[in-house]
Amino acid sequence: MSDIIKQETGANITPAERTRDNPTFTPRFDIFEKDDELILWGDLPGVSAENLNIDFEKKELTIHGRVMPRSSGTQCLMAEYGVGDFYRTFAIGESIDTEKISAELKNGVLTLHLPKTEAVKPRKIAVTAD
Amino acid sequence: MFFTRWSPWNDLQSEMSRLQSEVNRLFGRYGSADGKSGIPGYPPINIWEDEDQLFVEAELPGMELDDLEIYVNGGNQLSLKGERKQPGDNDGTWHRRERGYGKFARIVELPHLVDADQVNANFKHGVLTIMLPKQAASKPRKIEVKAE
Repeated sequence: MSDIIKQETGANITPAERTRDNPTFTPRFDIFEKDDELILWGDLPGVSAENLNIDFEKKELTIHGRVMPRSSGTQCLMAEYGVGDFYRTFAIGESIDTEKISAELKNGVLTLHLPKTEAVKPRKIAVTAD
Repeated sequence: MFFTRWSPWNDLQSEMSRLQSEVNRLFGRYGSADGKSGIPGYPPINIWEDEDQLFVEAELPGMELDDLEIYVNGGNQLSLKGERKQPGDNDGTWHRRERGYGKFARIVELPHLVDADQVNANFKHGVLTIMLPKQAASKPRKIEVKAE
């Protein structure tokens, strides 16, 4: 793991206490590094754009998707997964241009683009011949 | 057996991983708290009902309704087929790969006979919900008790 994303901080910090009685799950994420950016894909099924909060503060990127209960008032026959909010935090290293972080949400998948700063982008050095 | 040596470290490790998986099973998202063990097939499915319909729900983030094949066979069998494609290209490095990809197929036995012609499905924010109307024979009936 490079130091671009140093670690996941979910276990080290105590997030603000919640006021809603809704279970919270850690969403699954893929992290892919390209020459000029880092791409994060996260599974957030059931989260709409208006219920998704992405905050960047103190070098931490926090993803919180709120999910409303979907099967209330009915009789449950089989439950293989729980429905609840999604929460995850990533620590972002110095080499990310945090001003330019962008995010899109489609069909329950969040795509985060974290562009690298100019200083860490690989550069090809032109060799001049006499 | 001949080459196996007892090591307290190995023993401790396997004990720890056993404990870990037990805890995951009990408290994890995909475990079943009701004591039924085992990993469900993919995709995990929730089923609930009201008087007239069965609702089958599966989380399939990143898929389109067109990528899915949904069939009802024999009135009480639901089959779900599809493929989740992997994003990204080869021009980079993976740091983390927690999400799964590939083809899947799952058949679930439904607790009621359903009317296969009236099945509806909707797909929103990566959550598939299939609404299956129960056959009349499967609906609860109120039995009138006549008093003499």
